[in-house]
Amino acid sequence: MIRKAAGNVWSWIDDRGGVSDALIPIMTHVVPRDARWWYVFGSATLCAFVVQVITGVCLAMVYVPGGGQAYESLQYITNDAFLGSLMRGMHYYGASAMVMLAVVHLTQVYLHATYKYPREMNWMSGVVILFGVLGMAFTGQLLRWDANGVWSVMVAAEMAGRVPLIGTEIAQFLLGGDTVGGATLTRFYVLHVMILPGIIITGVALHMWLVLRHGISEMPKVGDPVDPMTYKREYIERLKRTGEPFWPNAAWRDAVFATCVVLLIVGCAIVFQAPSLDHPANPSSIDANPMPDWYFWWYFAILSMLPSSLETWVILGAPAIGFLLLFFLPLLSNRGERAPSKRPWALAVIFAGVTGFLVLTIYGYKKPWSPDFGVESLSREVVGATEGPVARGGELAFEKGCLYCHVIDGTGGHRGPTLSVIGDRLTREDLVVRINNGGYNMPAFAASLTAGELSDLVAFLQTRGGEPGDPPIQDRDEKATEDH
Amino acid sequence: MTDDSKNEKQCASEDRRSFFLRLTLGLSGVISAILALPAVGFVMGPILRKPARVWRSVGKVEDFDEGTTVLVEFEDPSPQAWAGLTATTAAWLRREGPAEFVAFSINCRHLGCPVRWIEGSELFMCPCHGGVYYKDGEVAAGPPPRALQKYPLRIKGGHVEIQTSPVPLPGERPRSA
Repeated sequence: MIRKAAGNVWSWIDDRGGVSDALIPIMTHVVPRDARWWYVFGSATLCAFVVQVITGVCLAMVYVPGGGQAYESLQYITNDAFLGSLMRGMHYYGASAMVMLAVVHLTQVYLHATYKYPREMNWMSGVVILFGVLGMAFTGQLLRWDANGVWSVMVAAEMAGRVPLIGTEIAQFLLGGDTVGGATLTRFYVLHVMILPGIIITGVALHMWLVLRHGISEMPKVGDPVDPMTYKREYIERLKRTGEPFWPNAAWRDAVFATCVVLLIVGCAIVFQAPSLDHPANPSSIDANPMPDWYFWWYFAILSMLPSSLETWVILGAPAIGFLLLFFLPLLSNRGERAPSKRPWALAVIFAGVTGFLVLTIYGYKKPWSPDFGVESLSREVVGATEGPVARGGELAFEKGCLYCHVIDGTGGHRGPTLSVIGDRLTREDLVVRINNGGYNMPAFAASLTAGELSDLVAFLQTRGGEPGDPPIQDRDEKATEDH
Repeated sequence: MTDDSKNEKQCASEDRRSFFLRLTLGLSGVISAILALPAVGFVMGPILRKPARVWRSVGKVEDFDEGTTVLVEFEDPSPQAWAGLTATTAAWLRREGPAEFVAFSINCRHLGCPVRWIEGSELFMCPCHGGVYYKDGEVAAGPPPRALQKYPLRIKGGHVEIQTSPVPLPGERPRSA
């Protein structure tokens, strides 16, 4: 009885609304039979986006996008709200999942050259979505509105400020004034919850429409190049012979993989929790150590290595050129072989990209270019003396900040060369000249050291070496080790 | 109906159609302009209307020892009621003589991160990409293209006063490097 009534209601909705007429052809459109596990990444990215929308809407019900209260409201979400920590954790790990899956999806499509005719626009819309996702990742990080968030805004404004002629205006437009203040956070909030999601949702709609319009590509085969003259006819004919309906013959793989992704996101949120917040967002606090979330560490590392003459070009040019290159890739080559074995350059690009990403990410995490502000004074064993000039020099190496940038037997930063064996490499005169005048990337200390302090420091540094009794070697390649 | 009158009717209806087309497109343009102009103006507000600079006292002259560099905090020129902590700004204030003070912006000139004063070595160091400045604000090492920015400063009624200023951005002065 109830079943029958429900059936009647559904029939009415379906008849008046045309649900089945609209959806069934879409669900059951024919796809190539060989579209197997390689093809699950796109739908998984979309699934991660759905996680972000749901958790994002929940968080927005509590989050207060005001300069004074955003941090407190996040503290409340994290520590007090029922399931708040889980929700924040899911949004955080969902963001990581979405960035990763979008990049994996792009890599797979590039590997199989699926962007070639007739799917050029599929790729181009995907590139727009990818940059929207990266924009979400960046704006989301700073909505935490802790010290890291505030200084991320500042860095973004400084980068934008490098644009010729109108840079200052762009930067002040982003900040909502000429300093970070009450008007700043709401601007990034609107970008994060309205403008960028609008771009992504529009892009996804276009992307999906194009997938249906051009069909899912087949796995690439060696000796079967794409020819725009014949491709569509042959594709449709092959599909008639060997294709199968997407629903449910192919969709189940998407469902299995998407389930794994969601379980992983929830699992990470439960096990690792939401990332802890930095200090409150105080633009007058200098105890900040600004650092992006992991997906931008590689970029963070690149920025530290650039000579300053190239910096503005790379900061402004690299994202623009990166976007244009990716966006117009299908227009540069939209025909020919798709098989990876016939496209060695594509394999090389992927290999170089993955290697570069990993190396730079590790480098960005370690950030050896940064002074080590947390360094502690040298132990008595390392100094090797308890009184006299050497002991005083060992203390000065800490007090005068040498250890912020130079390591001695495991203690100190990595900005400059190690001083563990400096006694073997430089003579007393070399040391005095170098400390007084500075050198490549080293400040001059003449004004901040007395003659006695300099003498003690040099005495200490001369004891740094493998063989204490050996005469110092005139090592003239020190510049090379410092210049890297 | 004659052929002539038929043609006339067709012409007339084509004229009507093209008139309607232009009318609809034109009105759409008018609607867009009516909506876009105030909207663009509103979001550009912070660029077009800047707050007046004001002098903020950061302490009495005798609070600062000669030869020292300390962090001082002060409030933005026109803090919004909801700005909370973000309404504060800071400067590194250095007393060089009986009546000589310098106030440096805490923003590194590389990418704006907050520089720290390292007392022992008398250097400002930046945690982001390792920019280093001498006590007079000049670049000592690292990527910064120029010296730390100085705030306008005056002594009035026994108080050190700093004039609120925009954060230093790269485009404000021609690059020296």
